[in-house]
Amino acid sequence: MSSTTADRPTTLPTLTAKDLKTDQEVRWCPGCGDYAILAAVQGFLPELGVPREKMVVISGIGCSSRFPYYLNTYGMHSIHGRAPAIATGLATSRPDLMVWVVTGDGDALSIGGNHLIHTLRRNVNLTILLFNNRIYGLTKGQYSPTSEVGKITKSTPMGSVDQPFNPVSLALGAEATFVARALDSDRQGLTEVLRAAAAHQGSSLVEIYQNCNIYNDGAFEVLKDPATRDAHLVRLVAGEPIRLGAEGERGLVWRRGHLEGLDAASVPVEDLVVHDPYDPDPTTAFALSRLTDPSMAYVPVGVFRDVDRPTYDRQVSAQLEQASAQAGPGDLDALLAGGDTWSL
Amino acid sequence: MGKPVHQLDRVVIRFAGDSGDGMQLAGDRFTSETAVFGNDLSTLPSFPAEIRAPAGTLPGVSSFQLHFADHDILTPGDAPDVLVVMNPAALRANLADLPRGGRLIVNIDEFTPRALAKVGYLEDPLADPMLTSYHVHQIPLTSLTKRALDGFPVSKKDADRAKNMFTLGLLSWLYSRPTESTLAYLESRFASRPEIMKANVAAFEAGWSFGETTEDFAVSYQVHPAPLPSGTYRRITGNTALAYGLVAASVRSGLPLFLGSYPITPASDILHELARAKRFGVYTFQAEDEIAGIGAALGASFGGALGVTTTSGPGVALKSETIGLAVALELPLVICDVQRGGPSTGLPTKTEQADLLQAMFGRNGEAPVPIVAPRSPADCFDVALEAVRIATTYRTPVILLSDGYLANGSEPWRIPASADLPDLRVAFATRPNHVGPDGQESFWPYLRDPETLARPWAVPGTPGLEHRIGGLEKADGIGTISYDPANHEHMVRTRAAKVAGIAASIPALEVDDPDGGASLLVLSWGSTYGPVAAATRRVRDAGGRVAHAHLRHLNPFPVNTGEVLAGYRRVLVPEMNTGQLALLVRARYLVDTVSYTKIAGVPFQVAELTHVISDNLGELPG
Ligand SMILES: Cc1ncc(C[n+]2csc(CCOP(=O)(O)OP(=O)(O)O)c2C)c(N)n1
Ligand code: SF4
Ligand SMILES: [Mg+2]
Repeated sequence: MSSTTADRPTTLPTLTAKDLKTDQEVRWCPGCGDYAILAAVQGFLPELGVPREKMVVISGIGCSSRFPYYLNTYGMHSIHGRAPAIATGLATSRPDLMVWVVTGDGDALSIGGNHLIHTLRRNVNLTILLFNNRIYGLTKGQYSPTSEVGKITKSTPMGSVDQPFNPVSLALGAEATFVARALDSDRQGLTEVLRAAAAHQGSSLVEIYQNCNIYNDGAFEVLKDPATRDAHLVRLVAGEPIRLGAEGERGLVWRRGHLEGLDAASVPVEDLVVHDPYDPDPTTAFALSRLTDPSMAYVPVGVFRDVDRPTYDRQVSAQLEQASAQAGPGDLDALLAGGDTWSL
Repeated sequence: MGKPVHQLDRVVIRFAGDSGDGMQLAGDRFTSETAVFGNDLSTLPSFPAEIRAPAGTLPGVSSFQLHFADHDILTPGDAPDVLVVMNPAALRANLADLPRGGRLIVNIDEFTPRALAKVGYLEDPLADPMLTSYHVHQIPLTSLTKRALDGFPVSKKDADRAKNMFTLGLLSWLYSRPTESTLAYLESRFASRPEIMKANVAAFEAGWSFGETTEDFAVSYQVHPAPLPSGTYRRITGNTALAYGLVAASVRSGLPLFLGSYPITPASDILHELARAKRFGVYTFQAEDEIAGIGAALGASFGGALGVTTTSGPGVALKSETIGLAVALELPLVICDVQRGGPSTGLPTKTEQADLLQAMFGRNGEAPVPIVAPRSPADCFDVALEAVRIATTYRTPVILLSDGYLANGSEPWRIPASADLPDLRVAFATRPNHVGPDGQESFWPYLRDPETLARPWAVPGTPGLEHRIGGLEKADGIGTISYDPANHEHMVRTRAAKVAGIAASIPALEVDDPDGGASLLVLSWGSTYGPVAAATRRVRDAGGRVAHAHLRHLNPFPVNTGEVLAGYRRVLVPEMNTGQLALLVRARYLVDTVSYTKIAGVPFQVAELTHVISDNLGELPG
């Protein structure tokens, strides 16, 4: 490990994945999808050229939230559900930092649902990696807000009855400016999405389908098994028509206010929906997010939405600067002596 | 020929009316005139919990009490000498507080049969023979105001509204107040609406002339300025003083202030005040809830800011888990709890001191947190600085316990020079602090300062000091996750020792015991300071011997606290709760304290405490 001191302005200019490993022993179950995500993140971060000390990872509680301990940056493993709130304070007061939030489906969508939606609508400059294994891993296998209806777990022996969230739909509804989905095992697709998320200014939400091989094994198997995955995965590529089916034989078309998958050959080319993540109107992105339900018949992966909106931290800083520019920087003695005064 | 002027040494006035009658403003302006004149003063507003309860009803009554004197005073006064009532509801809600012989000024225009019926008066209360025990002035304040504004280009409604300025003018004459500050206020308040400004000035002046000419008032009064220490003064409420104290702490520490907060009565004004302090680089984050408010503040502290959250008791309940995290992370954080009546939503606009045990123990696990409490509105300023000093020096969350009475009450404040405020500069960690056996340098986030036991504050962005912290127990020193039983025991005791060690940096508990021979000690904390100090004075004036000590630090207590308490035959603890400080003191020092408690949403009255102290004295052998 390097022994950098303050005399040097930054860490080594070119980081490697190894520089980002810590000497904490990784404690996930063997085979857990979290390993693949960690490897993808460690592999991709160096290419950003951001010094290690400028990166901060803040997590909540859950198996996934152990993440910061394994990444040699600044980090905080906080409390259940609150990471987006904590990260908001840091990102707002320290716009020079690159802030990541790591959270699970229970952490982000149950206990922390409120913070998640408000962080997204504010467009705080941070990137949220939501590890969705559709189960509570750390507490040993209760159903989660993304578990499918009828899920049988220790806490739902007769099956769960409540409708799950679709995290991408939720994020779009919460005015998110960047929303994407990736698969833990798809290193390339995940890396591309991470790259786009990191480049985005403002809040980015990346839903990562993550296999919990202990409590919900195979939840995303249809998307991984070479025999089935191409029929189900819909890869979103900006500027290209959206194709469904193993051979891309179906195209997406708007019909009576719905997105429908029709035989591409039978549809005029100009009717095919071309993916445009930069569309300011989130309508199509939302419709795409609904393709996933109720089964995983079609699962779009990639970037659903990537639009520009002023970030929270920039606007807040701008107000501080404007206040100083208009009335001069704060003078404590003048503040204290404001209002009616009298002398004795 | 002018009317004769009589001298008084102190006066308590209460303005009462419907929430829409502008009584808070009238009271506030009278107070400013009084402050500028140089009296010592203390104020206590009382608002309904509803924003606009139906007009003319009892729940809609709003009042403002002001005590001013030619000597130093400690409370807003037990009972008014003068009660101004703008409608029957105000009379009904306040008359019981006016002692016999008191002066009652009534706006008879509003005493219509309908208005009387609304508050359950079956007969005209002004015709009640009982009223002859007061000096009653029945004045048509509304119609006199309207007549004074005849010909002014203002609507009927605006003319009606100006009756508070007429009333203020009358009272200003009655007590010989200077009028410049009110005229200046009206000019700036209504700068963009000159016709309204002129009407209000005219109403104010008409009220003054009415006093001069009416036969209803034979004399006017004067209260000489009080001999306060020399300096420049202003009037300040507790919430403003607290906000200014936080800004001052930011300036004196060189750390940007980050306030994460969610609106709640009676703390919201701190958020409002700080939202206007952007020139000082103050961030105010109005969060989605109190958990996010404190979370963001803690995140900002991690990044090297001065993280602060402001709330009231229900908000502290929501913040508890994050306070526990801050205890584990050992990062500076200030939690301001402006207490109100509880449990649950309780009495949002009323005062109470019932969050002391919540502050002390309201977290899971062994999670000690230092606690400080201001004793008066102006003291909120100094205590805010003290909370920041403790938080940054010891790298710990600190709870500051204010209350509704301090928050909205006001008093004169001698304005300090910023250069005289404490130096709160802190040093962040900049280089590795550990050398391994192989000669490798590294950073240990839990390597402690041997004196304060504080861990280093290494902020993100510092090269070479990358580290991970979190709520899981950490190995002391190196700071990695540790489930080791011996380490946990050590960490729990170390965190406790760190907080206990703060006592070494705080002043000893002072006792006010003029002749040294008292056998009764009255122990106060927080806002009970004023009434307790005033009551002990009264007891002494009547020849009683009593000592008074006041705790500003509630965790840890000053080192000599046990010794002080042991020196008295009896320790009396008055509190606006059911005996929370008494419980702590008894447990800690095995002192058999006597509690005197009250949970009525209002501060103690001086007369009440004077009796209690005298009774206790009477029970002790001479
Ligand atoms: C306040 C609080 N409530 C409950 C828990 C227990 N708890 C820890 S993690 C967790 C759920 C984790 O699920 P998820 O966020 O999906 O993470 P995963 O373990 O699946 O990665 C729960 C309920 C806690 N730590 N804190
Ligand atoms: S319980 Fe599941 S999510 Fe947690 S570490 Fe094991 S496999 Fe991974
Ligand atoms: Mg999960």
